[in-house]
Amino acid sequence: MIVKGLIVPGKPHPLLVSDKNEGWKKLNQAFDKARKEIEATQADVLLIYSTQWLSVIGHQIQADPEPRWNHVDQEWHQLGTIPYQFKMDSSYAEEYQSCAQKRGLHARTVSYQGFPIDTGTVVALKLLNPQNKLPACVVSCNMYADRAETLVLGKAARDALEKQNKKAVAVAVTSLSHRLFTKDIPYAEDRIYSQKDDEWNRKILELLSHGRLEDVSQLAREFSQQASGDQKMKALWWLASLMGQHNRYDGIVHEYQPIWGSGAAVVSLTPSSKKEFEREFDEEDVEFFGSAQSKDLATPQSSTSKAAISVANAPKPVGAYPHARRVGEMLYLSGIGPRNSKDNSIPGGPVRNEKGQAQNYDVAAQTRAVIENVKTILEGSGSSLEKVVDIQVFLVDMDRDFKNFNAVYAEYFKDIQATRTTVSISALPTPIAVEFKVMALA
Amino acid sequence: MKGQVVAGVLAPHPPHLVYAENPPQNEPKSECGWEELRWGYERLRQQLSHIDYDVIIVHTPHWHTHTGHHILSVPKMKGLSVDPVFPNLFRYSYDLQVDVDLAKVLYEEFQASQLSSQLMTNKDFRVDYGTIISGHLVQPDWKKPIVSISANATYFDYSNDVGQDEMIRLGEATRRAVERSGKKAILLASCSLSHRHFTVEPPLPEDMSHEHVYNHNQYLWDMKVLKLMKEGKTQQLMSIMTDYIEQSVSETKAGSLTWLMGGLSFPTYPAQVHAYGSVIGTGNAVVSWMEAQS
Repeated sequence: MIVKGLIVPGKPHPLLVSDKNEGWKKLNQAFDKARKEIEATQADVLLIYSTQWLSVIGHQIQADPEPRWNHVDQEWHQLGTIPYQFKMDSSYAEEYQSCAQKRGLHARTVSYQGFPIDTGTVVALKLLNPQNKLPACVVSCNMYADRAETLVLGKAARDALEKQNKKAVAVAVTSLSHRLFTKDIPYAEDRIYSQKDDEWNRKILELLSHGRLEDVSQLAREFSQQASGDQKMKALWWLASLMGQHNRYDGIVHEYQPIWGSGAAVVSLTPSSKKEFEREFDEEDVEFFGSAQSKDLATPQSSTSKAAISVANAPKPVGAYPHARRVGEMLYLSGIGPRNSKDNSIPGGPVRNEKGQAQNYDVAAQTRAVIENVKTILEGSGSSLEKVVDIQVFLVDMDRDFKNFNAVYAEYFKDIQATRTTVSISALPTPIAVEFKVMALA
Repeated sequence: MKGQVVAGVLAPHPPHLVYAENPPQNEPKSECGWEELRWGYERLRQQLSHIDYDVIIVHTPHWHTHTGHHILSVPKMKGLSVDPVFPNLFRYSYDLQVDVDLAKVLYEEFQASQLSSQLMTNKDFRVDYGTIISGHLVQPDWKKPIVSISANATYFDYSNDVGQDEMIRLGEATRRAVERSGKKAILLASCSLSHRHFTVEPPLPEDMSHEHVYNHNQYLWDMKVLKLMKEGKTQQLMSIMTDYIEQSVSETKAGSLTWLMGGLSFPTYPAQVHAYGSVIGTGNAVVSWMEAQS
């Protein structure tokens, strides 16, 4: 469930140079008020949608458990470097990706050392969660996505929270009006770019101060047209959808100030039980995106020929085949070994070195890594280890390895009771001792 | 001695091309892919190996700025470039030299031309992946220094005509700066042509059975543009540029190609088209302009 929603700006000024402008200082203080609100919620995770993380191939979800970097903004590099080390909820990220796929969205998790986390996310996390008290999950803003796709993305985030029984604070990192100065201005002379932008900003802030998030979501298109809304105000579609598409919130506008001409506000929305007026919907609500209409059509690639699945954080296949393939209710996994997805190393060591000489490997460690890789692929495909139906196991040295393999296997599958066949073979394509071939319910 | 723009190149930056090549700097490895464009880059590199130049000036769509045109100005830049859209394909360790002296001359000339600009001097700055990809494809050994200029698309947000005017002025100012610097420079526009692309990726990115230009209309527009380039009709190209941007969602909206044409004083000599091909649906061409060779 969502215990609180926040709207915050993503420009670096309140973080890096709040002393240079009275308005940026007030925004910094407003972030601090929002931080205290978060800390009072006992939430499990901070969900972030940032308009500065743009994607084009569906949506991306950050799954690196501890991203770190010395970040410099593309535009405001002269304001300084922002070193960061964040804590992400990788498990939730995987769940979110899976739920997004089930609702017909193209989504993948990313977990790469040095992945460029956007300034908006960096600013929000540094100011709202400076001690990393909460793990976070960040989702990208698809630059081509319109309202329907973004609403479904919000609903998928809600699905994932329900599945993991977690409480979250949702943060929309976005400017309001987004007309920026194109020439340098003295910091002290910052102002909202135009009176019209200012009036529109104040209009939607008034609605938000009354907790009318869904009304603002309905107004997003008009607002964007009139006031150059930041990325069409998609962040508000995501937030409204994630928070249940209603107006029953207690809203507080902590601050509203300009940042380089754009409208910047810190707003908090807390679910309440107050009475709600009838809402006006200008468009049909949408539960699934594209052709997906039910769980049976959960994948965006609904035809048999396109039902191949590739999971970003699983070891890369060694040939032209996908990690898995969904046919009807069943999921068929390609043979999977113990290789580490990040560096291709083999936990427990290889069975032979580069010269072909036999090595003293640890089959228990290899088996554990195989099962973890199977788990990653299943979860990335919307399934789970508990849904495994049948397993074929290939061992390169049955006499040496069966006992230790079998012990680790039992740790995971004793209660699942999948059928199993174990065979001895002479070799596998990479220097590994064990490989699984798995079938599971989708 | 008066400097000179010795060549201009249109050098698009799909990370797929570096991924398919498997250079040691890039972590992800592939089996194959996008050979026509990669072979076009081979021909371009061969052609550039016969000319004498000191520096490559890159105009890059993936360094977005709003307040003026920013210029890379740190002498040595080393780091990891990870494509935020295709991190599965491009995680590249770069180590390059920047011609800071030329960067300063560019800055002075932009200012003198009433073009809002600033120098980028933060040593922790990560060079944008457009610069890195085009830079690698043109000179994988990174022997010659570069200078990157950001894309300020704000002017195009007002209207494509306003954007065009700004980028022509920027190109002309770039040319004057090169002449003042006494250096021989190649101007590199790092952009695709048509840019409507698929929103899903095949399970195996280099599976070429999935690759084709997004639609026929896009292809027709790209061919029209390339024909004008080959015929040396770049003024005519500029006159259709705003329509082209609208009709084919062209990445030239970032201004790189217009900047290049301004920098080359609107060539009337024919361009050499080394290759055309699609990458995830977008149209890409490797093109060079060399007056001496035409």
